Amino acid sequence: MKKNSFSGGLHVDASKGFTNKLSIITVPAPKTVYIPLSQHIGVPCQPIVKVGDEVKMGQMIGESRGFVSIPVHSSVSGRVTGIQRKPTANGRFVDCIVIQNNFEDTLHESIIATEKPEDLSTKEILEKITNSGVAGMGGATFPAHVKLSPPPNKNIEYIILNGIECEPFLTADHRILVERSDKILQGLIYLLKTQPEAKGLVAIEDNKPDAIQIFARLLENEQNISLVICPEKYPQGSEKQLIYACLEREVPAGGLPSDVGVIVQNVGTAAAIADAVEQNIPLIERVLTINGNGIAKPQNVSVRIGTLFSDLIELTGGFIATPSLVISGGLMMGTAVYTLDIPVTKGTSGILIFNDKSTFAKRASERDCVRCARCVDVCPMSLEPLSIAGYAKKGRWEDAESFEATSCIECGSCAFVCPSQIPLVQYIRLAKQYITTKGLGPTNPLVK
Amino acid sequence: MESTNTNLLIASSPHIHSSNSIDIAMRDVLLALSPAVVAAILFFGLHSFLVIITCAFSAVFAEFVAQKLMRRTVSISDGSAAVTGILLGLCLPPSIPLWIAVIGSIAAIIVGKQVFGGLGHNIFNPAHVGRAILTASWPAAMTAWTLPMAVDAIASATPLALMKAQSFAELPSLTNMFLGNISGSIGETSALALLLGGGYLIWRGQIDWKIPASYLGTVAIITCFYGAINGLGIAFPIYHLFSGGLMIGAFFMATDWVTSPITKKGRIIFGIGLGILTVLIRLKGGLNEGVCYSILIMNMATPLIDRYSKARIFGKTRKEAINE
Repeated sequence: MKKNSFSGGLHVDASKGFTNKLSIITVPAPKTVYIPLSQHIGVPCQPIVKVGDEVKMGQMIGESRGFVSIPVHSSVSGRVTGIQRKPTANGRFVDCIVIQNNFEDTLHESIIATEKPEDLSTKEILEKITNSGVAGMGGATFPAHVKLSPPPNKNIEYIILNGIECEPFLTADHRILVERSDKILQGLIYLLKTQPEAKGLVAIEDNKPDAIQIFARLLENEQNISLVICPEKYPQGSEKQLIYACLEREVPAGGLPSDVGVIVQNVGTAAAIADAVEQNIPLIERVLTINGNGIAKPQNVSVRIGTLFSDLIELTGGFIATPSLVISGGLMMGTAVYTLDIPVTKGTSGILIFNDKSTFAKRASERDCVRCARCVDVCPMSLEPLSIAGYAKKGRWEDAESFEATSCIECGSCAFVCPSQIPLVQYIRLAKQYITTKGLGPTNPLVK
Repeated sequence: MESTNTNLLIASSPHIHSSNSIDIAMRDVLLALSPAVVAAILFFGLHSFLVIITCAFSAVFAEFVAQKLMRRTVSISDGSAAVTGILLGLCLPPSIPLWIAVIGSIAAIIVGKQVFGGLGHNIFNPAHVGRAILTASWPAAMTAWTLPMAVDAIASATPLALMKAQSFAELPSLTNMFLGNISGSIGETSALALLLGGGYLIWRGQIDWKIPASYLGTVAIITCFYGAINGLGIAFPIYHLFSGGLMIGAFFMATDWVTSPITKKGRIIFGIGLGILTVLIRLKGGLNEGVCYSILIMNMATPLIDRYSKARIFGKTRKEAINE
């Protein structure tokens, strides 16, 4: 029997009970939004508005430059007051268009219902997705239309909707699955239209029984779409692991899902695509989870893109204690941010705030490796993290490369289980940087 | 903006860690050994407990002194030296003089572990290094087996010695073999106690079932065939499984993190190698028991096994891996 799973991986305390039953709440728009011109993997946008311009909600304010690029839109109506460089969750500073909200939410003229969306051609659907600035909302923010335009020699047989959400504390995708199931299904139907030979799969982890029930009913009459229930395991939401769990196909090292005839999209992305195709609504709002013991009200919220973390926390009930750790994304792969002066982007799947009593991110001091091979057992890529990290520690990048450091997906399972508290995935990241830059990596304080 | 907090903690993901640590793992091993210690006291009396305690304390003391002398961080609190000491104590004959036990523990820690650089760097299982040194130095004291629950130490041959001498009629019952009511090393006789402890470690995820399973499996299969060919019956392999240091070796020594292979396939090869060597020494060698030397020999082979049993990496075909 098919196991709908992958080799390696581990069980992390999912801590989803705080928010997985809470309906999505729409947060009021803030006074000012900061729309980053680069919210995706690829070329940043070119601003097409000037300081002083009046903009409407949903109006394109930055246009894409090149194929691997997507436009950005204003998430409020109001006046452009400047272009400011701001830090983003990934650590880079990005130019942001600053818009003063007039709280009228005047919709832009382009947002109108599409007549007969079911009659649209593949090209028209792709155009609408491109113009709406839809990027992968699971966190990687790869432009959606690029995934949907595989090279002509690649025959796409399956489109998988990723509803796994294996990161602890995050429940945004779960709530979207429960509350916006029709929209997700519609989005998937449009996605399938762009790939005529593809079948649809909706993959949900078995820790979301309510979502599974809804989709089991919803997909009853769909000939071309089926439900895949995956047993809970981290990192099942990782693209390669998910494809393997669903189809037992391995994306070749250095390859893309299209190499094995698959496209994976997040469930939130599918819902956004439905909006884009049917209503011409661009991606200006997204659902994310605010969670952790540092805030008053853990919840799932629908937020305007460009809302600052600080504004969002204030609008949703504020802190209950001095925060000591703020993470954009999940505990396993998210980024610890040093400031709350960061705008929500298309890829922000959650904001986790922990107070100073939390033990997260605090590590005991690193000890010598005892070769217990726990890291080998849990590595979903079948690597030997201890060997790669050992070479990285000594600055032996070629040896690290010979142990396939570049295949690492940085899920962090190895560092999670290590009884010697060795930051294994961090060493591997370092090795990857040196390998990809041919030895010209960052200054390594570890190599004396 | 105003709320910018400059005191946020910055770290690279993952931001959580499992509750496991070396200290906890060693505590688990100590807990897993407790049934064997209890069985030892039951069958061999208080002196055996004294031996175990002496070994534990002298191992910890040796580690402390060695780390002080070598100006390393003293890490006796992690419990690994205590585990080595207790394991050595459990491998010694019940009538062993305490001073020999002390020397064995010091040798295990210094020669077996600290000269290589401490925990994680040793090539051989430290407890077995200690035992091998003692066997070479005081062969008589190391093979002075006594009957369990005897008021005076009455000399008695171990089941393995009886089997070697073809005296099958004198073998104890299988029930006594399983419970441990037989002559042998302090903590090696009770298969029941060791299975309990081993099962606990597997359940806790501290050891991989692959090594004990392939080790015991190999011994069972070979002795089964040997028994069938020589007309020794079905009891022959069972006697082999329950006698000598096989159970403690399979669950507590061969599974030592540091000295066993890191690859999944490698652990099975390791176990099979152990099984073949053990049976070979027991049936064809000059010694009665071969667990200790099999483990030491396979420890040497561990780097080689790791090298040739690498897993196929996700997304790579075996051919690609070989061509590179």
